[in-house]
Amino acid sequence: MTQTLTKYAGYHEAFQALESSAPKSTPPWLHELRRQAWSRFQQLGFPTARRGNEKWKYTNVAPIASAAFSHPAALPSGAQPTAGRVKQLGPSAPGWTNLVFVDGHYSPALSTQPGQAPGIVVDNLSKATVSSPQLVQPHLARQAGFEDDGFIALNTAFLQDGAFIHVADNRTAPAMINLLFVTTEGPTPKVTFPRVLVVAGKGSQVSLVETYVSPAKSRYFINTVTEIVVGDGANVEHCRLLLESPEAFHVGNTRVYQGQDSTFTSAGFFRGAALARNDFQVLLDGTGANCTVNGLYLTTDSQHVDHLIGIDHAKPHGTSRLLYKGILDGKSKAVFGGTVMVRKDAQKTDARQTDKNLLLSPDAEVDSKPSLLIFADDVKCAHGATAGHIDANTVFYMQSRGLDLATASRMLIHAFAREVIDTVQAEPLRDYLDGLFSQAMPASSLRFGGTP
Amino acid sequence: MVTPKVISRTTTSEALDQGYKWGFSIDIDSDSAPKGLNEDIVRFISAKKGEPEWMLEWRLKAFRFWLRQKQGEPAWANIHHPVIDFQDIIYYSAPSSKKDGPKSLEDVDPEVRAAFDKLGIPLNEQAKLAGVAVDAVLDSVSVATTYQGMLEKAGIIFCSMSEAVRKHPDLVRKYLGTVVPYTDNFYASLNSAVFSDGSFAYIPKGTRCPIELMTYFRINTANSGQFERTLIVADEGSYVSYLEGCTAPIRKESQLHAAVVELVTLDNAEIKYSTLQNWYPGDKEGNGGVYNFVTKRGKAQGRNSKISWTQVETGSAITWKYPSVILQGDNSVGEFYSVALVNNYQQADTGTKMIHIGKNTRSTIVAKGISAGHGNNTYRGLVKIMPSADGARNFSQCDSLLVGDQCGAHTTPYIEVRNPTAQMEHEASTSKVSDDQLFYCQSRGMSVEDAHSMIINGFCRSIFQELPFEFAMEASQLLKVSLEGTVG
Repeated sequence: MTQTLTKYAGYHEAFQALESSAPKSTPPWLHELRRQAWSRFQQLGFPTARRGNEKWKYTNVAPIASAAFSHPAALPSGAQPTAGRVKQLGPSAPGWTNLVFVDGHYSPALSTQPGQAPGIVVDNLSKATVSSPQLVQPHLARQAGFEDDGFIALNTAFLQDGAFIHVADNRTAPAMINLLFVTTEGPTPKVTFPRVLVVAGKGSQVSLVETYVSPAKSRYFINTVTEIVVGDGANVEHCRLLLESPEAFHVGNTRVYQGQDSTFTSAGFFRGAALARNDFQVLLDGTGANCTVNGLYLTTDSQHVDHLIGIDHAKPHGTSRLLYKGILDGKSKAVFGGTVMVRKDAQKTDARQTDKNLLLSPDAEVDSKPSLLIFADDVKCAHGATAGHIDANTVFYMQSRGLDLATASRMLIHAFAREVIDTVQAEPLRDYLDGLFSQAMPASSLRFGGTP
Repeated sequence: MVTPKVISRTTTSEALDQGYKWGFSIDIDSDSAPKGLNEDIVRFISAKKGEPEWMLEWRLKAFRFWLRQKQGEPAWANIHHPVIDFQDIIYYSAPSSKKDGPKSLEDVDPEVRAAFDKLGIPLNEQAKLAGVAVDAVLDSVSVATTYQGMLEKAGIIFCSMSEAVRKHPDLVRKYLGTVVPYTDNFYASLNSAVFSDGSFAYIPKGTRCPIELMTYFRINTANSGQFERTLIVADEGSYVSYLEGCTAPIRKESQLHAAVVELVTLDNAEIKYSTLQNWYPGDKEGNGGVYNFVTKRGKAQGRNSKISWTQVETGSAITWKYPSVILQGDNSVGEFYSVALVNNYQQADTGTKMIHIGKNTRSTIVAKGISAGHGNNTYRGLVKIMPSADGARNFSQCDSLLVGDQCGAHTTPYIEVRNPTAQMEHEASTSKVSDDQLFYCQSRGMSVEDAHSMIINGFCRSIFQELPFEFAMEASQLLKVSLEGTVG
């Protein structure tokens, strides 16, 4: 144990500081939860093993484990980004409910809540644990277990603030809920632990977008956990957007629980970050649950993005659609590990899983592992994976119609990305994403191998 | 060219309703090593075989490396079995024989020959009619090699590994361990240390092997592991088709089978390697059965060379096997066609690795998994496209069929692409036998069982087409036998 303490001395100090400086209002159960998680993290550590570590086969987290970060205990006192600046950082639209977090802490000044609707709670987590523990406690840390994951344990140990969304049974949240997590520039690399808890009651409806962004170009480590409970017959639309600094380490864990006949739709968009991990697990624990999980990643330079997506069909008549698409440029590397599990009872499951990759540079690498684990016989399951470059015949055709090579390839890459962008229902968000990705489309490094 | 007529043992229908009909065991004085494994055993095996010093050195290096492997047996596969006590295995057992080995068919122990007759191996005169040169391996020592004359005339070397070590040391030394080094994995290291025999084939430049070569493996002595080692080298512009068929008698305790097969093709050469694996799968409760932990790999070293693996895996309690191809030469081709069937409590974790290094290399993977009873079937495969492999192409297809609701079918493909000009596609599907198809077949007067059998055979058809004709007949019969009692 001494060894562990010295190894993670920085985190240990930060944990002690957090616990000792905690406000009196912090409920005892939260203290207990943090302590348990901290002790579990000390046992687990970071998953740095390079052998027999299937979950991290293609991603080495040693750079995260060996670096030192400082933990900002409260909102930065000095220069905060202005409201106007914040608006430019992420998606926004009139009428949306905006919750802004700076360095992991809720910023009331930057957040806007246009009117409260009955049965809808949208609040920051540190306040909600005090004001409405009866809504928070039954769900917090229930979906994201920290028993076997060091990163979740660490996040839970430092669980302090984040977003809490609760929609009562049969209610519909009127506006898109926009969560913006901003990491600011600082003298030393920071570590933050945002937490999101979404509880959608029976038959309710809610749409939310989580954005992780930084105006800085410097290094920091952000370790997030998002838990989403989709009650029976509820409908949750979710979007997760990563616009981190090119030097950032981002490790995000998302855990989704679905009840009977519920619908969950998610789209993830990934740009930035030196190392990004997206661990996204959905449990379909009710009959007839339906989930769609899409993702689009665009990597350049020496970025590394790692997706670990799991769809767990535990009950019959479930449907799942998993589509991830990647555009890789420079020396970047993308990892896709998808698992569709169909348990013994989950008869009549219909599951599909696809990972498609476009390699634009000779130095880019993609490692894809779309796996199926099937224990029920009356099911329809399929998966597919592709990797390649743009079809040279199509480019030739477009050139023959008078488009130059750069425009033609840009159009094709854009079309490739649109398949995922178009799955986003909210129009302002879709337009924002389309603009974001079409600006960033690489085209210059395209090379075509041989004749068509 | 003589049309090879392989084995007729499963083509008679009365043979099919006896469950595992190859469950007999022969009683021959075996000349066995004591249980356990240490350097002395390795030396004993080497001495028994009258091996030169360099061979012993290689074995010892492998043994020492094996000892150093702290992690022990690989644990990543989706298989479960009790811990194997490697000191509780007999590492060498040979049918008691003259040191020089049998000189002619008459020298072969009549009991051994009777056993082979029951298996239907054309060891005697029939062999020539059947046109199969068999290098029969019975408990590790090659008993007799038939059809030598014809092969010798063509300049083809086909003999047991121990004979090759003595007679063609240069060839063996040049290629042994170049595809599967003794450091490769736990079982390959073990095999390198204790391999007792196996087959060796060398096809000289520009030669098309006139007959299909065949090796027959069979585990006989109780508690003995079988560690054979096969090496096939196809020199420039040559072609060979190699068949390997396996059956093992019923044994109560689980038996370990850790073989290594290495294939090398030089420029413009082609090797076609077909396997029919029917080791004892254990009883209905999952007791006993063979642990089949095999490392098979081919190196398509030369330009335009081709290696094709076809396997039908119906036996063994546990199968852990990944016949792979390293596509090193430009324009080389790798193929993998597989049918894996699990029933009762069988477990299979099998697939392939295609490593694309050369330019314009192509690989095709077609894997069909059938799960019945409480069986668990996993396809695990790797397609790796290195930065140098411009214009590489891969197509993979993995289909699973589930028969019954207690079994599992899993697909875990690994795809690593590091060249943008490469194109790779993977697709997989999992389904059960369609009720509509069953209903249609039954409405035409077929029994449920026949209908199942027909549909499942249709599911595997694209693989069986890759097998030599008689082998394909046998494979479909074997499938039928293995699935007996699961439907209807």
